[in-house]
Amino acid sequence: MSNSEEDFNFAYLDEQTKRMIRRALIKAICIPGYQVPFASREMPMPYGWGTGGVQVTAACLQETDVLKVIDQGSDDTTNAVSIRKFFERVAGVKTTENTGKASVIQTRHRIPEQVLSEDQILVYQVPIPEPLRFLEPRETETRVMHALEEYGLMHVKLYEDISINGEISTAYAYPVKVNDRYIMDPSPTPKFDNPKMNFCPAIQLFGAGREQRIYAVPPYTKVISLDFEDYPFEASRAEKTCEICGATNTYLDEVVIDDKGTRMFSCSDSDYCNSQKS
Amino acid sequence: MYVAVKGGERAIDNAHRWLEDERRGDRKVTDLSVDQIKTQLSLSIAKVMAEGSLFDPELASLAIKQARGDLIEAIFLIRAYRTTLPRFGVGQPINTDKMIAKRRISATFKDIPGGQLLGPTFDYTHRLLDFKLLADGSIDEFEPGKDTEQMFQHVTQFLNNEGIIETEETSSSEAESPDLTRQPLEIPANRALRLQALTRSDEGFLLGMAYSTQRGFGRNHPFVGELRIGLISVEFEIPEIGFNIEIAEIEISECETVNQFLGSKTHPPKFTRGYGFVFGQSERKAISMALVDRALRWKELGEVSDGAPAQDEEFVLYHGDNIQATGFVEHIKLPHYVDFQAELELIRKIRKTAFEAKKG
Ligand SMILES: [Zn+2]
Repeated sequence: MSNSEEDFNFAYLDEQTKRMIRRALIKAICIPGYQVPFASREMPMPYGWGTGGVQVTAACLQETDVLKVIDQGSDDTTNAVSIRKFFERVAGVKTTENTGKASVIQTRHRIPEQVLSEDQILVYQVPIPEPLRFLEPRETETRVMHALEEYGLMHVKLYEDISINGEISTAYAYPVKVNDRYIMDPSPTPKFDNPKMNFCPAIQLFGAGREQRIYAVPPYTKVISLDFEDYPFEASRAEKTCEICGATNTYLDEVVIDDKGTRMFSCSDSDYCNSQKS
Repeated sequence: MYVAVKGGERAIDNAHRWLEDERRGDRKVTDLSVDQIKTQLSLSIAKVMAEGSLFDPELASLAIKQARGDLIEAIFLIRAYRTTLPRFGVGQPINTDKMIAKRRISATFKDIPGGQLLGPTFDYTHRLLDFKLLADGSIDEFEPGKDTEQMFQHVTQFLNNEGIIETEETSSSEAESPDLTRQPLEIPANRALRLQALTRSDEGFLLGMAYSTQRGFGRNHPFVGELRIGLISVEFEIPEIGFNIEIAEIEISECETVNQFLGSKTHPPKFTRGYGFVFGQSERKAISMALVDRALRWKELGEVSDGAPAQDEEFVLYHGDNIQATGFVEHIKLPHYVDFQAELELIRKIRKTAFEAKKG
């Protein structure tokens, strides 16, 4: 196989595969938060590096789409660059770093700071789609737990956190309940991002390639972070100001800038930071 | 002031160029040809074809060259290529009775009709480095005898005549033989699906699992009833012409184990079987596969599980794939600083609360 674009179908996957993924996506949209098994394909990038997100994006992309890819909130992290280049090559779509101009945004570990709109799709890369996985390693068990809405184990875990640490000790991949039914893993985004999922106007799609699961949150769907009345959920962030743009309401990266361990804080969302500067 | 480094793209390009340079190595040494790999590293090729689930020695050789000899990386290249190929149908079941074997041994009988045929095996070599190969690789050609041009009946069939070993159920429908590469894995899996997963599982993983059964974690008392390696033809029925045509001749390794079985209320005492089937000459894997297959069959044979890892279908099938495993294990080297930051904030907060409580 040579390396020219003509050797690939548009967006790499063949049309049969895309149709299979779209069927899973439609089912996922219809049952918000439910993990739909799908016949994940082997992609030319490793499992764990966004193969699920890439397949979902490939199934959604049309020639007129404008794609943005971020990792850790930034367009310039190596894996984001690699995935963006992949779609430039195999789909020839326009790409952008501007959140507002993108029609499809593939992300790993962050939700953009800018509020998304109805004509946007946010595609999450998901490593472990099962929110109950670290409480119960068996897929055969966790599927039954979801079917019976048997979520006591999760509440016990959160309660134990509070009794040991005085605090729910989950900082990212903080579990949510979708549409009052399924407990869902929001992917490893910091819990600061959780409230952005609630009644989000954009379609949120989640792809887990290695685990062969797709799930979704349709627009304007209730997404609630699990908590207790006396220990309400808190979307925490470093209590600092971005030293580049001065933002006080964004999620911040903490950067070590010299050998003495001096720290600097700046927005994790590089596009948002740039837009605030100018 | 610190400005976030822009340069991911250039860094990646440079890394790729450096990688290519290191792959080629010292330019004073002749470039390794794909033909050389194909003809002289055939056991590496067997592994890449088996775990890549694609029988194509030429592409496997190319992948090994491109991967600098890292076989998991080569398997990954093959898998990523394979996934782009259309699936045009299901071949006819392969009949290994019709194998032209170059190796065929049985550990259960001293002699067997057709005889024991050692073939090109390392088994009785003394593992002494052959320093001659450092200087000169010239080796006399070997002509195998007429023994190697015959077909052999399976050894387990001799036991079958006595009714003392279980009979294998044959299945040919697609429902009974689902395609692991086209459908999501669902547990419980039937035996056909389990065997599919095992044959493309990592050799090292299967070897460790098989070894664990021998050491008591799900012991199943195996004998190698027969191990055979050789060529078989693959046939495909073309509906338009209405008959089977041979589309390939492939080399495979097959292992049938004969396992002790004490019997239960539903199953009178009988020998049971484990089965291994792998592309190329891969007998270590074929034997391992047969042991693990047998260990996974406890439920359908009415046995009680020891709860051993090798008997745990979900554990074995979900963790044997080296491409899935290597991707996920290695992905933790990708940036995770957003999550790390969230943990930092959380731990600082919890520590602060704890210190204040101490003081107060
Ligand atoms: Zn900023």
